[in-house]
Amino acid sequence: MIAGQVSKLIGSRVKRKEDPRLITGEGKYTDDVILPGMAFFAVLRSPYAHARINSIDTAAAAHPDVLGVMTGAEINDRCAEPFPLFAILEGMQYPERWPMAATKANYVGEPIAAVAASSRAAARDALDLIEVDYDPLPVVTDMETAADADTPVIFEEMGSNLCYEATDQAGDPDRAFAEADGVVSARLEQPRLIPNPMEPRAAVAEYERSTGNATLWVTTQNPHIERMVAAKMLGMPENKLRVIAIDVGGGFGCKINTYSESIIAIALAEHIGRPVKWAEDRTEHFVATSHGRGQAQYVEAAYKKDGTLLGMKLKIYADLGAYAQVISHVIPTLTPSLSPGVYGIRDIGWTTIGVFTNKIPYDAYRGAGRPEAAYIIERVMDLIADATGKDPVAVRRKNFIPDDAFPYETPTGMIYDSADYNAALDKALDIAGYDDLRAEQKAARKDGKLMGIGVTVTTEVCGFGPAAAMGGLGGFESATVRVDPMGKVTVLTGASPHGQGEETSFAQIVADDLGVPFEDVEIIHGDTSIVARGVGTFGSRTLVVGGTAILKANEQIKDKATRIATALLENKIEDTLDPQLVTLEDGLFSIQDMPDQYVTWAEVGSEAYDGQLLPEDEQPGLEAVSFWEPPGLTFPFSAHIAVIEIDQDTGEVSLKRYVSVDDCGTVINPTLVEGQIHGGLAQGIGQALLEQAVWDDEGQLVSGSLMDYAMPFAQEFPMFELDRTVTPSPVNPLGAKGIGEMATISATPTVANAVIDALSHLGVTHVDIPMTAERIWRVLQNHGSRRRGGRS
Amino acid sequence: MIPQAFDYYAPTSVTDALRLLRQHGDDAKLLAGGHSLLPIMKLRLSTPQCLIDLGRISDLRFISESDDGSLAIGAMSTYHDIKNSALVQARVPALAEAAGEVGDVQVQNKGTIGGSLAHADPAGDFPALALALNFELVTATTRSGRTIAIDRFFRDLLTTALRPNEILTEVHIPALPAGTGVSYQKLPNKASHYAVVGVAAAITVGDDGVCTEARIGVTGAGPTAVRARNTERILKGKHVDAAVIRRAAKRAGANVEDLNDDLHASAEYREHLTTVFAARAIEEALSRAG
Ligand SMILES: Cc1cc2nc3c(=O)[nH]c(=O)nc-3n(C[C@H](O)[C@H](O)[C@H](O)COP(=O)(O)OP(=O)(O)OC[C@H]3O[C@@H](n4cnc5c(N)ncnc54)[C@H](O)[C@@H]3O)c2cc1C
Repeated sequence: MIAGQVSKLIGSRVKRKEDPRLITGEGKYTDDVILPGMAFFAVLRSPYAHARINSIDTAAAAHPDVLGVMTGAEINDRCAEPFPLFAILEGMQYPERWPMAATKANYVGEPIAAVAASSRAAARDALDLIEVDYDPLPVVTDMETAADADTPVIFEEMGSNLCYEATDQAGDPDRAFAEADGVVSARLEQPRLIPNPMEPRAAVAEYERSTGNATLWVTTQNPHIERMVAAKMLGMPENKLRVIAIDVGGGFGCKINTYSESIIAIALAEHIGRPVKWAEDRTEHFVATSHGRGQAQYVEAAYKKDGTLLGMKLKIYADLGAYAQVISHVIPTLTPSLSPGVYGIRDIGWTTIGVFTNKIPYDAYRGAGRPEAAYIIERVMDLIADATGKDPVAVRRKNFIPDDAFPYETPTGMIYDSADYNAALDKALDIAGYDDLRAEQKAARKDGKLMGIGVTVTTEVCGFGPAAAMGGLGGFESATVRVDPMGKVTVLTGASPHGQGEETSFAQIVADDLGVPFEDVEIIHGDTSIVARGVGTFGSRTLVVGGTAILKANEQIKDKATRIATALLENKIEDTLDPQLVTLEDGLFSIQDMPDQYVTWAEVGSEAYDGQLLPEDEQPGLEAVSFWEPPGLTFPFSAHIAVIEIDQDTGEVSLKRYVSVDDCGTVINPTLVEGQIHGGLAQGIGQALLEQAVWDDEGQLVSGSLMDYAMPFAQEFPMFELDRTVTPSPVNPLGAKGIGEMATISATPTVANAVIDALSHLGVTHVDIPMTAERIWRVLQNHGSRRRGGRS
Repeated sequence: MIPQAFDYYAPTSVTDALRLLRQHGDDAKLLAGGHSLLPIMKLRLSTPQCLIDLGRISDLRFISESDDGSLAIGAMSTYHDIKNSALVQARVPALAEAAGEVGDVQVQNKGTIGGSLAHADPAGDFPALALALNFELVTATTRSGRTIAIDRFFRDLLTTALRPNEILTEVHIPALPAGTGVSYQKLPNKASHYAVVGVAAAITVGDDGVCTEARIGVTGAGPTAVRARNTERILKGKHVDAAVIRRAAKRAGANVEDLNDDLHASAEYREHLTTVFAARAIEEALSRAG
């Protein structure tokens, strides 16, 4: 057990081990891979959101620099299977998806053909030489009408654009509404967002014709799942495909999917007999890499005059885009599951409607289904506060799941592991100086200024598995811990950190647990030929599941090392020893009550392979493999407070303060945790104020570049005020909960609540996100403001 | 985002650049900071056969002051140069400030005053300041050169009075009369930081507190930056108080021919913003005029 143990490195601000490599340009990203004879390929993409492909003429691409062209028909023919889907929902229908569109394109950006050439530029030039004859078809972009009878059907064989409609309830929502003093309702929008990791996607493939072995370097968050999917599709045994993703420059969910380009890369390498590379640029990324969010949410909430939330009814439309991928279709179902938030509500009814549209597929994006849930419930809390005339803080406290109720099963079937919402909220209120802020707001209103305070208390689910939560992808993580003859430690992890810093936090855990210097621990990940199996990094699972797998391997290592140490000590003292008397402390194996009789990890490591003194029943080697699957999920939580001001002339919102109190259980490295919170807040605040993918009626992405799709700049933020409470999780021995997504999930409703709070005295109860300057200006036009002697 | 293949020349004198320009004619494009040209080339919306890079012509990168107090800024001076120039900070602080608000640090390090004016982006910041500060643009051709008054420079969307064989070499900023204050105010586009709407005001106030001269440039609102002449007329000859500012600012959009209406702002909102930012620019210019 690590929780509660006094330790040296766990909990301290160890500097990131990976940074010197990354910031001096020695990182090994996919686009850094250069292979002898390597060619480059470019992908021709559909310019139409929906169009029949009558013919493709590739003759013109017979340019001297072109090494090979493959059309959709050829690539798809090379595949044994279409893209596999996991966690198929009951009653769901879905189209088959192949790497390319062969007869019909279903979204702008869908691959149509690929060209390999001797240079990146030649491959790009050759794209212009391919002629495709399209017949544009009617386009479906609106998720709420996508499944209507009179909407054109994208996949004729399905008869409608409905993927699934899932209706269910917990408790007795009708009774709750009958008993209510009042009902609040809203239509909430979750615009689609475009994930933008620093590193766009890339793939490099090498194919050995003599053996049929292939190697794929790719920007993925989960190389082992990538290997499984690509091998299946190409009809290869898994042991003939090696997937490498050593350094990956961020993913936020958009690098979970195995994309067409991976399959195309391997097929093209095989076809032309040379290794190939593809690297998307930022503009291509916008139409080639999956988006996130994208829901229309209808909520009705029944409440009592005292502020108690009695029941909710939800109708959620989810825009899946043109295809489901991996488990993307399941993500919207997390929204009703998490909709109770941190509150004791028992009666909830919901319908989740997943539809296909002529847009690039949607997938996980930092939070995946949970931000959408937190947004609903935290808006509902403010709506109730508004309707009952109570303070939003008081309404939240009134509805909290009691501190002594954990583990707590929600009506939607989630088992919250541990929490103390009051403690986190108290801390946030204290840091913010909440009462003073309210007084300040009152004064500001008197002066005709618009100041708003937003409060949220949220939770989310992470630390995935167990297996049952993973729909066939596996809920474990693997670890191999190896002690070499010099006593140095190498750890192979199946998790695939890509910016989060687990090379550091894992090394901290190992250093403390084994008592070896931090510098003596190497963490290796991201190569399926070195790390035999793994699930990967997503859903804030890496530390929780991957870290625990390491601890479990350490247990085996410590057992064997102690047995070897006993033999060495027996040899030293020339006597037999009860192994019970040999203990490992601070990296030394010593005999109880004889502290000057000890051996070191180096001596044990050396003996493990030298083997001359090993006991008879002991085999050489000091290496352990463990697979660990958590018994349950973890639920970090947070209390956030935002303070904003609105420029009444322009409608611009400026964020003045942001207080973030987060509880992720045991903290291994505060710097890493704070890094996740800072980045998470930036993304969540960006969603509240700026970000939105916009399509026109033809299904063209209008916000198709960073000149048009606004993401926040660092200078737009005040210094975030961070603090934490620590409520260890009982579901893993680290007591960790995961912090990758929490701040993003909380930040959007916190800022949205703050903006609406600033306008509440004008009678405003709802504004859609993103709360852009023009949108707020329009609200002010409609509601007037005190300064201009408006309404009232 | 790979442009079509092109030839690349890097002359070291204006004479050589002009010769290359004449030689290659319509196939050539001048390259300054590249922050407008290269993005459209990468999208293959512009496909010149050859680029003539002005970056090695040191004669085009300077900032100096004449005896009459006017400033001369070489066309290849970057936003960074202008922002950090003690001379600009002293004589026209609003221009140095505006340079510091263009895009981001990378854009400021590469983008040039010449490129900004020659490109005439409808949302560019400097075009508004150029109008308010009454820039004179000095150009060169193989035969001779000329000086173009800013009021005749911006013709239409991305179109200026420059001829294909002409290089903009420097910009003259006439000395500001005593009692002049200048200000530039904008609502930045949150994605690019270009101006959704930006207004530059240069206002001269006499000892008696009466506005003797007002030049207002508006950018972002329409296809080109324009002078808000109606606003200027209302200010001139008046004691500019809050009521006059309000009245004048209300007319700031009146000279914009065709209001932009796009993803970033509706025409209606843009028109409103011209009023807001005109008022802010006038107020600050006045406070600096004293
Ligand atoms: C991310 C980003 C953000 C930006 N944000 C802003 C912003 O906030 N505000 C803003 O105003 N601008 C912004 N810009 C544009 C930037 O200011 C450009 O640099 C500028 O508009 C053009 O200057 P340049 O030196 O880069 O010109 P280039 O791109 O090199 O050239 C532009 C055009 O001018 C012509 N040209 C250049 N120099 C001359 C010359 N001396 N004589 C004749 N013709 C010439 C070129 O042939 C070309 O047609 C942004 C650009 C980017 C990429």
